[in-house]
Amino acid sequence: MTLDSVTKDPQYAALAKGDRVATPLYEDPAIFDVEMEKIFGKAWVWVAHESEVPGKGNFKLSWVGTQPVIVSRDRKGALHVLVNRCRHRAASVCEVKKGKTSSFQCPYHGWGYALDGSLRAIPYAEGYAGEFDKSQLGLRQLRVGTYQGMIFATFDQEAEPLEDFLGNAKPWIDLFMKQGGGFPIKTLGEHQFKVPMNWKIQLENTTDAYHFPVVHKSFLQSLDGETNQTFSFMDDDDGWVEDLGNGHSVMVMMPELIDLDENLDEPIPERFKALAASLEDRYDDAQIRRIVRAVGGCGFNLNLFPNAGCSLSFFRILRPVSVAETEIRHIALGMDGGPAEANQMRLRLHEHFQGPMGFGSPDDAEVWERVQRGSAGGVDMDVMVHRGLGLEEDSPNGLPKGDISAETGMRAAYAKWQEMMA
Amino acid sequence: MKDLPDTEITLDQAVKFLWEEADILDRQDYDAWIGLWDEAGLYVIPVDPDTEDFADHLNLVYDDHQMRRARAQRLQGGFSISAAPPAKTVRTLSRFVVTASEPGSLTLRSAMHVVEDKFGRQRLFAANVEHRLIATPEGLRIGQKVVRLLNSDGVLTSISYLF
Repeated sequence: MTLDSVTKDPQYAALAKGDRVATPLYEDPAIFDVEMEKIFGKAWVWVAHESEVPGKGNFKLSWVGTQPVIVSRDRKGALHVLVNRCRHRAASVCEVKKGKTSSFQCPYHGWGYALDGSLRAIPYAEGYAGEFDKSQLGLRQLRVGTYQGMIFATFDQEAEPLEDFLGNAKPWIDLFMKQGGGFPIKTLGEHQFKVPMNWKIQLENTTDAYHFPVVHKSFLQSLDGETNQTFSFMDDDDGWVEDLGNGHSVMVMMPELIDLDENLDEPIPERFKALAASLEDRYDDAQIRRIVRAVGGCGFNLNLFPNAGCSLSFFRILRPVSVAETEIRHIALGMDGGPAEANQMRLRLHEHFQGPMGFGSPDDAEVWERVQRGSAGGVDMDVMVHRGLGLEEDSPNGLPKGDISAETGMRAAYAKWQEMMA
Repeated sequence: MKDLPDTEITLDQAVKFLWEEADILDRQDYDAWIGLWDEAGLYVIPVDPDTEDFADHLNLVYDDHQMRRARAQRLQGGFSISAAPPAKTVRTLSRFVVTASEPGSLTLRSAMHVVEDKFGRQRLFAANVEHRLIATPEGLRIGQKVVRLLNSDGVLTSISYLF
């Protein structure tokens, strides 16, 4: 079967069945190829945060699906997302992960490109007949959109505007960014690790509260009593999961921490008291409370289809590598210009749970890999995402809203998957 | 800083100590490992390969005494799915270089290779490790340990044992 005949096959969309999905969605390389074309080749995909390319000439390597891209800021400050491939013979034009430059030059034959991707010069142009039309051979450009500092790109020049695609997720992104505590948000570093699993297993997990007390028992045991209470959302009955449309969803674990600017007169938790005391010489009480509240992060996980999560106090970015390989980035966020000890505490909290050696991520990675290994058995059986179905209410947006453990967010993502794969 | 015994630590003593530590870690006897530490010591696995300012940068591990004990408890308590059962490891330390020496303390850098076996597959990690060892009346203790993994700022895998 060729790729052309695969992509025209309407049966792919039928593999998502509402409350369950067919096992080949995790296993079949042909489906993965179609996903890269129809989903990652069309959707708005998260590529970077603006603080990673803060000034003119700054660039950062990233990916849209399996395609390598460069996120750059030109001399006028405009952002560009360019396919990292020379238009001549396809060599990558940049292999430095992040930095500052005035141009990109192909190492093979010396073709030079500007920060906006336009072709500036080629050596020995007389070897081409007639006039060499440079305007037709710039680096391939993606459409770029930003929202609240997050940079997205799409290969689809006809795609709906980014803000329309984000839709009901926008108010939640606005709330998420309040963790700056009044300061701009900047990235503080990232953990990166690879797991032998399909990308959708990670996509599901950002909106899966059901696993938390089971998989993260050893993390919970490492917390003090008060903090442990904060993470007891599966035993409380006030959290929820909400379908936001377009494949996005929000999982509200700690409703009291949705809006970090509200209820600031609440008592400061024990684990933040030393931090609060250290800020007394520089900030007034209201600002100290705002900073301290922000350090703990937001009380929800926001899943942005297809590859980004805004989770507590960090971005969780997935990159599909192959049908059974996915790379994950956990990007720590801090306060640009905020107090050093507050950012240090953010880093320590991040290290405690996230990343290759955190108290939480390795256990997540273990069960994700177990899903991939287990799905090699019984490929005719479906993967069930029906928890909470029949118990949901309508959200204010007129979309399904389930209890904290409902698989509402996964169904939201698979509905968008189905729509895009049709 | 407490007073250290005014003894010289020899390279031979230090290397034997590091090999004992390596053996303890491969046996995953984390209680014994905690006992090798000076309580004030810091165990760091940085992300940035070049930084010395660990507090202001993101690390894979940044453990003081309390976090070391919590980590040991997590890895051997039986409640961590990634460590029950854990990957098996075999490690080698070699190419020892003394980088600082004073009465009562010795700092040395070594090359470490760790092979991990789990799920029928093997993975290899390489690192430069720096130990600051201090002499105490009870014997050598680790005053600081910094593990600089190759590709620490690149894509790693999840890891449920110690380097």
